[in-house]
Parts: sequence; C-alpha cells; structure tokens
Amino acid sequence: MAVITMREAISQAIWEEMERDEDVFIMGEEVGIWGGTYAVTRGFYDHFGGERVRDTPIAEGVIIGAANGAAMAGLRPIAELMTINFAFLAMDQIVNHSAKLRLMFGGQFKIPIVIRAVGGGGRQLGATHSQTPDAVFAHFPGLKVVSPGTPSDAKGLLKTAIRQDDPVMFIENATLYQVRGEVPDEEHLVPIGVSKVQREGHDATIVTYSKMLQKSFVAAERLSSEGIEVEIVDLRTLRPLDMGPVVQSFKKTNRAVIVEEGWKSYGVGAEIAARLYEEAFDYADAPIKRLAQKEVPLPYNHDLEQHAIPQVEDIIMAVKEVL
Amino acid sequence: MAELIIMPKLGFDMAEGTLLRWLISEGDQLAQGDVIAEIETDKATIEVESQFSGVVRKLVVEEGSSVPIGAPIAIVADAGESIDFETILAASASSSAEPADPAPEPRMMDHALSSSDGNGRLPGGVKASPVARRLAEEFNINLKSLEGSGQGGRIVKRDVEHSIAGQTDEASKVSLPVLPQLEGSETVEAPLTKLRGLIGRRMTSSKQEIPHFYLTSSFDAAAFMKMRSDLNARMPAEEKFSIHDFILKAAGLALRKFPNLNASLGDGKIIRHGAVNIGLAVAVEGGLLTVVIRDVDWKPLRIISTDARAAIQRARAGRVHQDDVEGSTFTVSNLGMYSIDSFVAIINPPEAAILAIGSVEDVAVVKDGEIVPGKRFKATLSADHRVTDGAEAAEWLQIFKGFIEDPLLLLL
Repeated sequence: MAVITMREAISQAIWEEMERDEDVFIMGEEVGIWGGTYAVTRGFYDHFGGERVRDTPIAEGVIIGAANGAAMAGLRPIAELMTINFAFLAMDQIVNHSAKLRLMFGGQFKIPIVIRAVGGGGRQLGATHSQTPDAVFAHFPGLKVVSPGTPSDAKGLLKTAIRQDDPVMFIENATLYQVRGEVPDEEHLVPIGVSKVQREGHDATIVTYSKMLQKSFVAAERLSSEGIEVEIVDLRTLRPLDMGPVVQSFKKTNRAVIVEEGWKSYGVGAEIAARLYEEAFDYADAPIKRLAQKEVPLPYNHDLEQHAIPQVEDIIMAVKEVL
Repeated sequence: MAELIIMPKLGFDMAEGTLLRWLISEGDQLAQGDVIAEIETDKATIEVESQFSGVVRKLVVEEGSSVPIGAPIAIVADAGESIDFETILAASASSSAEPADPAPEPRMMDHALSSSDGNGRLPGGVKASPVARRLAEEFNINLKSLEGSGQGGRIVKRDVEHSIAGQTDEASKVSLPVLPQLEGSETVEAPLTKLRGLIGRRMTSSKQEIPHFYLTSSFDAAAFMKMRSDLNARMPAEEKFSIHDFILKAAGLALRKFPNLNASLGDGKIIRHGAVNIGLAVAVEGGLLTVVIRDVDWKPLRIISTDARAAIQRARAGRVHQDDVEGSTFTVSNLGMYSIDSFVAIINPPEAAILAIGSVEDVAVVKDGEIVPGKRFKATLSADHRVTDGAEAAEWLQIFKGFIEDPLLLLL
C-alpha cells in the first residue's frame, strides 16, 4: 500500500471518478486554472478541460444552485466551497433544495451532488474563517454529512459519495491535508454511514472524527505509556449516524469521552452522549464527558486560538476524568 | 372533610389483615403517600401509605388487632374540623357490609426509596453508576455495604466487581469444621423474625388442617436437559434457562389439561381457578418466599424464564411486589441444586397441591434389557385429600410426565 497525504488521497478519488464517469465534473472558486485553493485539483484543468473543471464567480449560492440544476439534469457535480464558512451564503440552496428536492418531488429527480467544503480552525484565519459547523449540516434530514480523519477513509468515502444519488456534504479539515497514511492501491470504496474502531482498548472509549481523530491517536499513545488503553471509535459519517460500534465499545469500557472541534452546545457530543444514555444507560460507569471548542468566536491570537480548540493534553485530561 | 382510611385488600384471598404497628399518632400532620402502618397479611408484611392529606384525628384500631378488609382503621380530617366519630364509623360499617372492594389499591412502599440518609432522591439512597447498579442487582449485592471509589464517592463497576470477587473467594473455600473453643459456645436465644414466625404459623395450620397425601415418581430428564443446553447455547448469559423453567412450564400445561389440582377448598365447595398461576418457592435470607409466575400454561418458556428470574431477584433483594407473592394456584418447590434425591413438601394454603423436585442425577437405567446411562429426577406431589384423591393425583403426574419427558411439547 502506498503512503500518501490526505490531499493526494482526495485528489486521486476525484481523478479516478472523473476518469470512470464522464458525467462527473468539478465547479468552484479557483478550482480550474489555479488548481484549487488547497491544490487538490492541480492538473485537472489541463487533463479534463474547462468543460469539466469549471471556475465560478465568487457567489456560493450560484455554485450550489447551478450544481443542483446540473444534478437534476442528469450530471454528477462536485461543488467545492473554498471554506465551509462560505456555505452559509448557500444555505438555502443546500438545506432547502439539495436536501429536499428528491423527496419533495416524489423521486422525479436525483440530486447526486458532492459539496466539498473545507473546515476547521487553528490557522489564525479569524473567527469567520475558522469554524467547524459540522453539526449544523448534520441536523438536516436529506443531507449526508461525511468527514474523514485518515487518507484512506478520505479516498474511499469521497469515491462512494460521488457515486451516491443523494447530496453529500464532504467536510475536509484543512489541517489534515498533510497527514500521511496508507491507502490501498486497488479500487477503494468506504461505505457512508459506518463508524469504525480505529484503535482497540478497554479502559475508556473516545468517540471522535476528522482532525480530532488524529489528536486522539497521539493522546492514546501517551495514555498507553501510563498504562491506560483507550478505544477510539471514528464516526466518519455524522449523518446517517452509525451508533453500533460506539454502543458496543461503550458496553465494553463503560466510559466515554466525545471529542469534537466544534462547539459543545447542541453539538456532536451532545447527540452521541444522549444516544448512549438512551441505548446503553445501564452500562455507564461514569458521566459521559464532552470535549469541544470553547464557547467563543475563535480568536485570531495564536495562543488564545490554540487554547480554545481541544488539544492532545485536553483529551488526556478528559479521559482521566472519566476513569 | 373527614376521610376514612380503611384496611386495604392486598391479595385475592385476603379477608383480613393484622395491623402490626402504627407509624403515626393522633394529631400528626399527614401528606398523601406517607407510610402510616405496617400490616401483616397471610403472605407478607407490607407498609401502607395514606391516600389522603390532613391531620390524623383518630386511630380506630389498636396495634395487633385483626381487621377485615374495607373496615376503617383511621380518620383523617382538617385540624379544626369538628367530627362526629360515631356517625362516621356507623355509616362506614353499614356500607362495608357490602362486599368490600376498596377503590384504589395502596401503592407498595419501596423500602429503599423511603430511606432518608441525606442522599435525597438517589435510587436506593446510594450514589452508584448505572452499570454498578445493574451488576449489584445481578449478583445480589447490597450497594449500601460498598465504599465508592469513583468521583465524589460514587460506587462504580470496579467496586462491585471487587465485592463479587470477594464473594466467590469465600464460596470456594472448603467448609472446615469449627475448631473447638472453650469460649463463645454459649446457647443464644434469637427472637423469631416476622418471616420465620409467619412461615411457622402457616405451615403448622396447613399440616394440622389439610389431610396431605403423597405420590412420588421418577422422571426421565435426559430430553429436557439436552434441550436446555441446546437452548442455552443460543442465549445470552443473563437469559440462560434454569431447570425450574421447564418444570414450571410442564406443570402449567398439566394443570391446564387436568385442572382438578388447580383448585382451592372454599366454604363447602371446590374452587377451580381459571388462571394457572404457579408459585415457586425461593429461599431468602431468614426463610422462604413463594413468588408467583402467572399464566404459566400459555406463556412461552422464555417469558416464564424471564418472569421467574426477575421475581426471584426481587425476592432475594427483599423487594417483592404484592403481585409477586399473591394469587398462586399451585406451588413448585425445587431443591435439586442441593443434591436431594426427593423430599415431601407441605401444601401452601389455600392451594390443593405442591410439587417437590429433587436433583437430576446420572443413573443406570434398564432399557430393552440393557443397562444404559440415563438422567432421572424424582418429584413428589403432596395433595389435599379433601379436594382430590390418589388416583386423580396419579393421573395428573402421568400428564406432567408426558410433558417433561417429551419437552418439544413445551414449545408448542
């Protein structure tokens, strides 16, 4: 298996699907001649041409609206939002049209669009460009929300998303693009809506996804050196949510910490904790702990920003609090 | 307005109850739901709650007196209200002359919940994690006896597991004879517990009043033991079948097919009960309780098993519901786990019969002239000769034998 970066994994996934199916095309700001703000689509314009790699105006409502129309007409657009923070400009198209058209019109249309959106903080981009509003999108039935934490899952999930007939929000954490990992050389598809145990352990369960998965790996190794073995369950998909491995792990360890980069109030941790209490109350041995971003618009100042986002030390402390 | 608190009906065969102890005095302020008295029925001692709020104006009966159901035991009213006690009591006497079936049955008090040890409304009065509670219930461990090692003194899983490990260590020790000692061998007098006294009175009256007769028979257990292990291989640990589950089902079907033993002797008549509710004798601390598994004839084996397990757990934890101990129409007593060949049980009034089950043993049996290994158990039926006769009882045992030895029938 080749060891490649998350950026390469995502780029490969799009490339392979565009080669496989000529209905697949890309549209977004700077995706063409410039090669993508995060260089994911570098070389695509030259290879696939301007018809299938379309630069758009700076108008997010138009990007998603045009993608919805193209999808209704039978194409399979991959619409890129430079950051997920700009998705709010396209919110009506995403939640009122992408998510609902297929259902409201009795299946007359399919909406096979993938909205690639870059999220996450920690890069001193200021409060309006650093958000992690994943839970907002996961709130809406009709949307599938995927957010991978490893290169292998990124490639396999994105390829599956492109082949779906339903709209998928594919949320990429900007600080993960350089993360390396093994990715199978052969055709690699990962199902949407399946959580995965990424590390086995017996003392406590960390439930997490995306960037916080990588931080949890580091925390788990440090805890292991102290004799504490945590199990890590990676959600990978926020909607539809697969609680199976989460519940199974919780029944084994009886303790859980949920780690997310977004805010705590009404967030992913709240959802997971509530479901654990609903489905496995009698297995709890300590109150379930939620670790999330401090409840502030993310500061620009480096130290304050790092302090507001959950760090490895915070994860270690949270695990110890539930032991 | 003045309200009468009456002797509640706590069981279908209860005619009267003994007011053991008042927990209130005249003049006390009473809130609805307060525990007012301990009442002893034929089956158990039960705490009774008030259905009314107000001031206790009069305690009508003295401690220790037997009171028919529906008869007034206390009067509750507003503090200043003037009350003509005689008129009220006379009025109630005439109305309770009709068959009394007092309206709402009082809610049983959960002893654990009523404790006030400063831990407020915590279940059982202790701070324990849900998994610790579940384990403690499963292994019959009193959470109050444990020290919590979790945050803020919470009792957590490891505390219960340590306690379970301790118990197992105790049990695995060989039971050595007590070393002779010069001191500490005095004769001790222990007062009879309520439960001990109750069992004594009931068994004495059963043996004195009921002309018992006994039939013992031997049964082939191989088929249902095989079926049990086959079934248990498919069941989660907490749902494994016990031997008594099969006995209960077979007895239930036999009683439905041949109802003469599912009966009670009434006043000059024999009452054949419509429902087949089988009591299962359970050893508890300081005595014995009979928990009732209802409608055994039509319930699937798995439900019987679940019901029995839950009722036994409640009995051992000292938390029986009234439903658990009343309404049985036949009883099964199983001492099979103690390596008992067979024994003779005393009928549990007002029932007409009881079945005493011995251990399943590996024995040599003669089959087609050859000696082959087999599994057998003995059961003894005690029956009331006023209700039935030897031939009828033998017929019932034959029917029971048909079910227990061909256990596929238990699944139909």
